[in-house]
Amino acid sequence: MTKAIKSITNPKLKLKILTQQEVKRLHDATLHIIENVGVRFPSQRALDIWAAHGANVDRESMIVRAKAELIEAALKKAPPVYPLAARDPGQDLFLDGNHVYVGTDGCGVEIIDIHTGQRRISSLKDVGEIARVADATEEVAFHWVALSAQDKPAETRGLHEVRAIWENSTKHVQTESIYNEREARAAVEMAALLVGGVDKLRERPVLSLMQCSAPPLGHDGGSLDAALVAAEYGLPTGFMTMSACMTTGPATLAGTLAVGNAEVIAATALLQLAYPGAPVFYAAAQTASDPRSGAYTGGGPEDFLFGAATNVLSDFYNIPLSMGSFATGAKEPNWQAGIENSLSTFMASIVMSDMLLGVGFLHGSRIWSYAEMMMDAEIFSIIHKVMQGIVVDDETLALEAIAAVGPGGNFLTQKHTRRHMRDLFLPQFMDRRPYNEWEARSDNARDWALDKARKVLAEHQPDPLDPQVSAEMAKIIASLEK
Amino acid sequence: MSAELFEKMARSVLDGDSDEAEALAKQAVEMGLDPLECITSGYVVGVNEVGENFACGQAFLPELVMAGEAMKAAVAILEPEMAKRGTARQMYGKVVLATVEGDIHEIGKTLVGTLLSASGFEVIDLGVDVPTTRIIEKAREVNADIVALSALLTTTMVKQGEVIEALEDVGLRGKVKVMVGGAPVTREWVARIGADGYSEDAIGAVKVAKELMGKA
Repeated sequence: MTKAIKSITNPKLKLKILTQQEVKRLHDATLHIIENVGVRFPSQRALDIWAAHGANVDRESMIVRAKAELIEAALKKAPPVYPLAARDPGQDLFLDGNHVYVGTDGCGVEIIDIHTGQRRISSLKDVGEIARVADATEEVAFHWVALSAQDKPAETRGLHEVRAIWENSTKHVQTESIYNEREARAAVEMAALLVGGVDKLRERPVLSLMQCSAPPLGHDGGSLDAALVAAEYGLPTGFMTMSACMTTGPATLAGTLAVGNAEVIAATALLQLAYPGAPVFYAAAQTASDPRSGAYTGGGPEDFLFGAATNVLSDFYNIPLSMGSFATGAKEPNWQAGIENSLSTFMASIVMSDMLLGVGFLHGSRIWSYAEMMMDAEIFSIIHKVMQGIVVDDETLALEAIAAVGPGGNFLTQKHTRRHMRDLFLPQFMDRRPYNEWEARSDNARDWALDKARKVLAEHQPDPLDPQVSAEMAKIIASLEK
Repeated sequence: MSAELFEKMARSVLDGDSDEAEALAKQAVEMGLDPLECITSGYVVGVNEVGENFACGQAFLPELVMAGEAMKAAVAILEPEMAKRGTARQMYGKVVLATVEGDIHEIGKTLVGTLLSASGFEVIDLGVDVPTTRIIEKAREVNADIVALSALLTTTMVKQGEVIEALEDVGLRGKVKVMVGGAPVTREWVARIGADGYSEDAIGAVKVAKELMGKA
């Protein structure tokens, strides 16, 4: 099956969401927050690094306050452009500001079973199967750990998960579910097996790490330690804020952007202080809490605005962005899922966010649905097409064909038509059938999407992982389980 | 005179004005009013009204939380007075609340605590990253009716089950109801670890707690 990866590149569409002056105000507000309010870094190692570089460190509260110059100088050391390597080098990704790639979302806890349609708790087998389907899906460029392998021990679960993905796919793996030093070190060892040594990882980072912040203005200690390990070996590392208006962020969008920005750039600066030049990325999935319940919404106009605004910030800091899009709050693939996932992904794409997370989830990144995954992939394909815009030149104006047809004819038999008909978008999951056919079959996009996933899962054989490498990985995991 | 003051007390809760609620409580103490009556005829009236506004879709979550905070500020002033007079509020029950060990996520847990205490539960909030043994010790020490456990990570969620096992081991399980919460918690998970109840949000948690106390 296909080895191609679909990404948005050289877009014609543009959007201006923030003026330079507004970005500057957000940046200044962020520096003000870091210097005066501070950010909590509950890791001895992180606090030692901050202290060694002259930041104001309160050991008891573990709050760090750092001057603007320290943060700004550290951020300048981050590389603006670097690759995410894949097990198959033909599938390497380029975080160069001119590609938008989509991953599978993560890390959920339940799945709509592909065969029974019943919702159930996730297991390691699901992690591997989702990776296999994603391997064969050209819209999916890389993996997050889609579901938690809840049948594996908590202390090595993150390692079982990345191994299962490598066993089933040749694409890049970004894990968001390793958040302690011990597992991070083991993951580095495992990744090294794929490229022939830890010293090769810097050049070919087949694994990257994403850590969540603990908003407002905090981090998780284990996450910080894991990120420092990744940075040490040159594995790309990002911190994601999921700051939410009204609960973990101010009720206003600008305020929530500033709080999340403080979390992300302070932690990014920490990595640069520890390992100057380490590849880092900005990650974000800000949202608005539901005003009535305080619940995570997973969609809505605020999310769409955040999706477009955050890349302006990461561009300002000149580092790649991993942006939360898709991830509808809908309970099933429906109207809400279509709106939320289309608009969030469009807004994050039009500003050229480097990585989008991601396809496949319902109920705010909790429940995996293969049907939703396939329909999300189609949403990306539609946006991919839209982003190409309208080309106006001699060939596309088609004056010859127009003259040949003249008033009242049709263009079906024109050579020009043959040349360009395949430029037109052909959907997989849109219902364009006659009404009576729909009436007779009474099926819809969800059925077709699920059928497609079932077929892929049944038929797709990924390039196998070298059994020796797989066995070595298993050994590393087992050594942590003793 | 006192009727007017009670009305102001209710209003301070409705406005979510902790400073005002506290000032009115101090005034009532100086005037020698019955602190219990201040609560039941003053502040609780406000809490109930916010609750009704919320139920019919008018109030937003921050108004509920601010009302809870205002109530708490007033009770903190009135409680020593009640103790002096040997009176006490009728509470629904005692809740020991914590985010489990290895997990630092606070907001959901704290929100549940605020709404429970505003609704008439005595809440002992142990904070975040709380070891199982500390939760058990505290539950025993205060003779808790409910232990409420929060977890956001799939890897720390297992600690919720560990606390339940530990309660069994020390012979407390029969006396203590356990409710759990957090984004990854589902009905199936609750069944798997044998908890007594769960809620997907803080408002639902109050309902669950009342049900567990047989007060719904």
